[in-house]
Amino acid sequence: MDGSAGKSPALIWVVNISAILLVVLWTIPTFGIFVSSLRDRDAISTSGWWTALSASEQSLVARADAPDDAVQVGDAWVISGSVFDGGVAGEVTAFGSRAQDPTSNTPSEPLVLRDDGVLEIAENGDYTITYTAQPEGNRGARIFYTTEVAPEITTENYETVLGSEGVAQSFLNSLTVSIPATIIPILIAAFAAYALAWMEFPGRVLLVAVVVGLLVVPLQLSLIPLLKFYGIVGQAFGVSAKGYVGIWLAHTGFGLPLAIYLLRNYMAGLPREVIESARVDGATDFGIFMRIVLPLSFPALASFAIFQFLWTWNDLLIAKVFLGQSDNQMVLTGRLVELLGSRGGDWEILTTSAFITIIVPLVVFFSMQRYLVRGLLAGSVKGG
Amino acid sequence: MNPIVLALLTVVLGVIACATYFFGSNWVLDRIFPDEGPNAGRNITRANAIRPWLFLLPAILILGLYLVYPVFNSIYLSMMDRSRENFVGLDNYRWMIADDKFRESLFNNAMWLIIVPAMSTFFGLIAAGLTDRIWWGNIAKSLIFMPMAISFVGAAVIWKFIYDYRGEDQTQIGLLNSIVTGLGGDPQAWITIPFWNDIFLMVILIWIQTGFAMVILSAALRGIPEETIEAAVLDGAGPLTVFFKIKIPQIAGTIAVVWTTITILVLKVFDIVFAMTNGEWGTQVLANYMYRMTFIDGHDGRGSAIALTIMVLVIPIMIWNIRNAMKENS
Repeated sequence: MDGSAGKSPALIWVVNISAILLVVLWTIPTFGIFVSSLRDRDAISTSGWWTALSASEQSLVARADAPDDAVQVGDAWVISGSVFDGGVAGEVTAFGSRAQDPTSNTPSEPLVLRDDGVLEIAENGDYTITYTAQPEGNRGARIFYTTEVAPEITTENYETVLGSEGVAQSFLNSLTVSIPATIIPILIAAFAAYALAWMEFPGRVLLVAVVVGLLVVPLQLSLIPLLKFYGIVGQAFGVSAKGYVGIWLAHTGFGLPLAIYLLRNYMAGLPREVIESARVDGATDFGIFMRIVLPLSFPALASFAIFQFLWTWNDLLIAKVFLGQSDNQMVLTGRLVELLGSRGGDWEILTTSAFITIIVPLVVFFSMQRYLVRGLLAGSVKGG
Repeated sequence: MNPIVLALLTVVLGVIACATYFFGSNWVLDRIFPDEGPNAGRNITRANAIRPWLFLLPAILILGLYLVYPVFNSIYLSMMDRSRENFVGLDNYRWMIADDKFRESLFNNAMWLIIVPAMSTFFGLIAAGLTDRIWWGNIAKSLIFMPMAISFVGAAVIWKFIYDYRGEDQTQIGLLNSIVTGLGGDPQAWITIPFWNDIFLMVILIWIQTGFAMVILSAALRGIPEETIEAAVLDGAGPLTVFFKIKIPQIAGTIAVVWTTITILVLKVFDIVFAMTNGEWGTQVLANYMYRMTFIDGHDGRGSAIALTIMVLVIPIMIWNIRNAMKENS
């Protein structure tokens, strides 16, 4: 398929490199929040996520032993120890004695302290402060040092988010919305699609045109009238206007045109002989539909199911309008928007919650990609 | 009760109810018009005239209630006042035309309409062209296609993290500002810069839609007859000439379909703006303004008028789609 053109090695290189560039550009944003969700809160706010992949530099401070504890060695008085005492070991790349200039010296350069002591630090963190006379004082000198720390991975953010931010409950709510909202329209659409594809009746062409037209009706238009309608129905039955049944049916309504369109196109493409011969054998339309058309249409059913599941799981608007804002009705997308408002700068919460909201669609996407692509092609290429 | 159990229970009940309806109504039909006895012929004809409507009834009811009725109800509501009680004629439309925020939304939507479909199709075409020529094309396709599965809200968080801004003396943890400062520039609060912030929001949708465009266009590219390409190559056309002069014209129809599909999506763009800026800093769009008018300001009349504006903008595409579908059927 790459034609007979473009076989020169230079061109192959250009194509490969451009493709790599494109793929990196398209995956880096998602990769960024994934990496961040595994990082410690402080690490996220002090350094970019890309630094987490390599060792990161950290500026730290240690306090040397008090001058009173200096030990006499020959003519000199010496204090020695390690800056890493009680901490994570690493490699010292720079140090200093003043907060304003914490990287004034490198490990090979000795530094003269204010009390005339000479501070030397080895790369492994061992330090010595050498005095010519016995020093006095009970507070040790502060040593500022910069060190390389190996990247650290933590699942703490996930524990926090699932435990206390209500994300776990929202996860269940999203499933509660998505599963029925995926299955109900398939049932209804399959019968309608069969009728539109294989049954003869007046007005069939008109109905197909209506379905195609309804494909693009903006659902914004439906929000106010439906909410009003739900209010009336709710009052009549003494139930809340906002609830799961309402949103299932709303998603069914909005997904039905695509479902009917996709399934009708697919069913209309099934071989005529199979259906005709079943008719000749005396099978009713109901029997043909149940025993022949439905099983054969499995790929189209799967395509639509994936679309509808992704769409209902990812939807924000319909959930905001038709469900309440309480904990037991808030879906993941709504929760994420809420966190974006209330925890604006807490990227450890946001990146982790975002990753939890996208993990289910990503699993569905990668495991069922074949059907998704097939559905897309059936839904769009036909028009061209 | 655990909501997920409730959901599964409802699914089971729903399936049973559906099955009962379809089985039951067909059974009743066959009892009323039995296909045997003295009137067998006439009965079969009658049953066959009614059966399609039994199959279609639930779909027609739901489509009618959820999509057709709201269109007409919205026209009515758009001529009512805030409380939906008093008829105000075209006042809401007059308000709309004079309203600065509405004009801003219309202008922004127009920008979205021009830029997002164009760029998505452009990148989709490049991605399709490139991935069809490499041995790891399917992996590359998967990865570029992946954002399609991510919700707009999730994408908004992902990109807000990239656009993150901190004061000049702090370490930039946003990728974009980090690159800018790395190149010696000053960090910017990207999503508050008028005009350009619109572009930064559009980038999110382009990022999501490129994969869609790529998948469709790649299939179309593969459908091009080999001979046309070979003929061009024999005539000495280089790979770029072949791509732009031979391949692109042959998939023009598919490009139009991709373009219009993304256009419809763009007209309804809500989540991204809602999550990123909520229409502040000059980024308002129609769908978000409609939401704001209706559910924050509580003015159903104006909300309906804005929603109808979106509908009017969609109508040309609707007509084009219907004509194409009809052509295909005949």
